[in-house]
Amino acid sequence: MPVPLLQASGLSCERDDRLLFVDLELAVAPGDLLQIEGPNGSGKTTLLRMLAGLHTGFEGEIRWCGEPLARQREHFLRNLLYIGHRPGIKPLLTPLENLRAQLSGKPGVGDEQLESALDAVALFPFIHVPCHHLSAGQQRRVALAALYLSDEPLWILDEAFTAIDKDGVASLERLLHKRMSAGGAVILTTHHPLHVDGARSLSLARFAPAAEDLF
Amino acid sequence: MLKLPRLTPRQESQPVLPALLGVLRRDLLANFRRRQELFNPLIFFVMVVALFPLGVSPEVEFLRQSGAGILWVAALLSTLLSLDHLFRHDFDEGVLEQMLLQPQPLYLMVLVKVFSHWLVTGLPLVLMTPVLGVMLHLDGNSIGYLCLTLLVGTPVLSFIGAIGAALTLGLRSAGILLSLLIIPLYIPVLIFGTGTVTAVAAGLPVGSYIALLGALLVVAITCAPFATAAALRISVSNS
Repeated sequence: MPVPLLQASGLSCERDDRLLFVDLELAVAPGDLLQIEGPNGSGKTTLLRMLAGLHTGFEGEIRWCGEPLARQREHFLRNLLYIGHRPGIKPLLTPLENLRAQLSGKPGVGDEQLESALDAVALFPFIHVPCHHLSAGQQRRVALAALYLSDEPLWILDEAFTAIDKDGVASLERLLHKRMSAGGAVILTTHHPLHVDGARSLSLARFAPAAEDLF
Repeated sequence: MLKLPRLTPRQESQPVLPALLGVLRRDLLANFRRRQELFNPLIFFVMVVALFPLGVSPEVEFLRQSGAGILWVAALLSTLLSLDHLFRHDFDEGVLEQMLLQPQPLYLMVLVKVFSHWLVTGLPLVLMTPVLGVMLHLDGNSIGYLCLTLLVGTPVLSFIGAIGAALTLGLRSAGILLSLLIIPLYIPVLIFGTGTVTAVAAGLPVGSYIALLGALLVVAITCAPFATAAALRISVSNS
């Protein structure tokens, strides 16, 4: 078993006086795809934000490559690609400008690569159209285009398939499969049934607090 | 089938400068696309200054005496007016989350963001000042020093204001709380800014005033982004 990239143990989180989950354990190793399951409001987004280091109000420990996350923060961020609930797209800018700004810190990514990534998510005809003219699914695709240029080993994708059509979902599933065989790890939430070989799932209901903990 | 290279955690650090230029370019572009929003504080600035001669007194002596103060107070209030936009759009769109997850130091990212905010809100005020100064019968020497103090002082206002804007990001309407938090911190800048022009008019040496304003700017640039970055982390974590 390879060393897990990201490992969480004993995670408990409370939001707005409500215990979301207690003693949650998870680990993803290179080549893993972990789907977090649970009904609306069960804390999926919160869990992903905790794992990405955005949400800090929790108990428990998160380790990156075997070391506590807080000590490895920069190294962790260098190797993480997170797409959140809100896609991180500026509506006034075009898809190309958005992607360029988002990936400007990455060496070796030129306009040619950006355009081919936008082509991969079927946005090539729209690269110069301001994003607020695009549909919700298309805006989502702008954010997802970053996946095609990513060499980060860990992806955390919140509601990755929301508003994406059937073809889009199929090509994303192919991409996820390719990532897994290349040794990338993926944690995602989605309400779509996922057709990727070797995907594991983790249900938050298993870690729901027992009734007596609620009071 | 194409064999992909094994993905391994990247060890080397990433270049900082291109990322910062990317942030600057995106912010300036987004601001350019909604320029009508940027005209708001500028028009407010011009209106407030234009209303003083009408509302208080059009006498040359009064305007010459209080002109610098009027311009400084108007600049301060119009900066305050534009502060809420500094991080609000980015926060709502999720762009801020992405910024916090960049491996480049957040301190520098914030520095660039505040600088670009100053470029589109503070700098136009400075450029507008000579015209308004003439309107308030200030003499050439005073106008020159007034522009200098505003040039040094308005970035301080932006940097200090950024802390308040970041702290109040999670609130639905930050307006009044933001003002209450920030205005007390603006007072030293205001005092030294107007003090310089008063000293010029009285023929006193102004080196110390300008030096103190410069010192405030240095402190604001070095310390405020740290506080802003910490406040942003808190606001995003609680959202």
